[in-house]
Amino acid sequence: MNTLRDDPLAGLRIAVTGGTSGLGLALVRALSARGARVAFIARDAARVRRIAQDIPGSHGIAGDVSRKDDIHPLALQVTAALGGLDVLINNASSLGPVPLALLADTDCEDLETALATNLLGPFRLGKALLGALAASARTGAQALVLNISSDAAVTPYPGWGAYGASKAALHHLSRIWDAELREHGVRVLSVDPGDMDTPLHAAAVPDADPATLKQPADAARVIVALIANTVAHPEFA
Amino acid sequence: MKAAHQPTQRPRDARLLVLDAQGVLHHAQRSQLARFLRPGDLLIANDAATLPASLGGMHARSGAVVEVRLAGRRSLEVDAVRDFTAIVFGAGDHRTRTEDRPAPPPLRAGDLLQLGPLQARVERLLGHPRLIELRFAGTPDEIWAGIARHGRPIQYAHVAQPLALWDVWTQVAALPVAFEPPSAGFVLDWQMLHALRERAIGFATLTHAAGISSTGDVALDARLPFDEPYHLPEATVQAIADTRRSGGRIVALGTTVTRALEHAAAQALPLRPGMGLATQRLGPASRLRVVDAIVSGTHEPGSSHHALLQAFVDPVLLRRADAALEAGGYRTHEFGDSVLVEASREIGRQPQRSPRQASRTIVRSGAESGCAGLLRPA
Repeated sequence: MNTLRDDPLAGLRIAVTGGTSGLGLALVRALSARGARVAFIARDAARVRRIAQDIPGSHGIAGDVSRKDDIHPLALQVTAALGGLDVLINNASSLGPVPLALLADTDCEDLETALATNLLGPFRLGKALLGALAASARTGAQALVLNISSDAAVTPYPGWGAYGASKAALHHLSRIWDAELREHGVRVLSVDPGDMDTPLHAAAVPDADPATLKQPADAARVIVALIANTVAHPEFA
Repeated sequence: MKAAHQPTQRPRDARLLVLDAQGVLHHAQRSQLARFLRPGDLLIANDAATLPASLGGMHARSGAVVEVRLAGRRSLEVDAVRDFTAIVFGAGDHRTRTEDRPAPPPLRAGDLLQLGPLQARVERLLGHPRLIELRFAGTPDEIWAGIARHGRPIQYAHVAQPLALWDVWTQVAALPVAFEPPSAGFVLDWQMLHALRERAIGFATLTHAAGISSTGDVALDARLPFDEPYHLPEATVQAIADTRRSGGRIVALGTTVTRALEHAAAQALPLRPGMGLATQRLGPASRLRVVDAIVSGTHEPGSSHHALLQAFVDPVLLRRADAALEAGGYRTHEFGDSVLVEASREIGRQPQRSPRQASRTIVRSGAESGCAGLLRPA
């Protein structure tokens, strides 16, 4: 147990959105295995229950981060389950139109869906949980919001308009929020996990060869290392 | 004063009446609060998030419609979510003044209450037909989900529109343990926290499960406040000690902060961090051992607000402040304007000196009809 006790992730209170598939699920598994206390959020209540049972000690919370009215009930359940919060991972993502469409062919509603999930969701949930994150920081911990981004946030790939624009906005929101919240001991980082073999990628590029894609568990390992490194070196302790 | 009817935490025109230690009154914009604090002072807020503690449902045995208001809990531990003290009303909602609400059906130990997805059992009555101890069925995660999804914030008739959780969570709201908002904290936003930092004014928090402010029943109101658990973080105890050492003042944001700090101080000085249960009713024999100034809501003269503030200042000065609030058209209740009251030099606790005077009565007034009690007299 010594390794666990020395692990900066041991006992860390972490919330993961989109935690029942792809990268989110891999993060929930990896973080739980490292001794973190994890609450995860996803829309499908039955799947949430199943995975919470699969991963002892994890807390599954059903809800949709793209819905304004869901945010505070979700935030309440996260902090209640964990007794506070040290790290929020905004991972839940929407592609917008499926199959992907050129921007001029994208329905406004699909762009709105992408923005609601990829931008407004992380913003609202971040705001609702900021009090808990700042409370963690006041104890000397390094609080952290990790927003899962994409290279589509930077590179203008044709066909990825709704997704790319929403992730670009999330990326910039992360940078501004980070500048504003650093003095309160809360970092906000955005990270690009790369192309992974996930349901989201399969929906976007159905004929992709899985062999050319990263496994979510491998991408999760890198992100887990980033979290461990960030929280192990608080800026304001 | 007039009631604030709109659930806006920080209206642009929110005002602050300052009663300083020399007894001088200042009218200010509330967003300028930081200017009335001094470098080296420490502002302490209650970072409790507010539960949606009003649960509509049915009393199974009679089929009667009820509203259950969760009102107390013994501990802040996350798993201690099965057992609550609660007030039960008959049919109706917040738009009816609390004192006009019908009584619930006769309640007995063992009765089941179906509250949306939640099922609760009446464990026992607590010496009053509407005050019960209840126990929820299910796992802690299921109970939290039920409360989060089904509950509504407790509210009173002076605000007509239904409140959402974002209306009652302060900007620093963290653990969901308050039954009504620690509304003095509505003054805070991140711009103000930045301004405090710029002015070298410390900011710290404790977590106090602010209880309900009114039950609509004179006998029950006389029993308020119920016991309120709180948590005093190590970092806050350290910040208080550092502030004291350098001659700064401890400024409590709200009565719940005052109650928690003074309770902790009555247990041990220097303060010890950790969990506590504020059971005390500050009275004639109590003294302010920690708090030098309070930021709070405004309240009508004759209410418990005055009694509480008499721990800080002379009643004559308070009457002058009341007259100024009245003449200035300040707004009252939880979304209203604010006051900053500094302990006057005759009464206030002197730094580095053992407290002796400052022993004014702190009394809970009776039913304050339809009043969400910005000031929750300790």
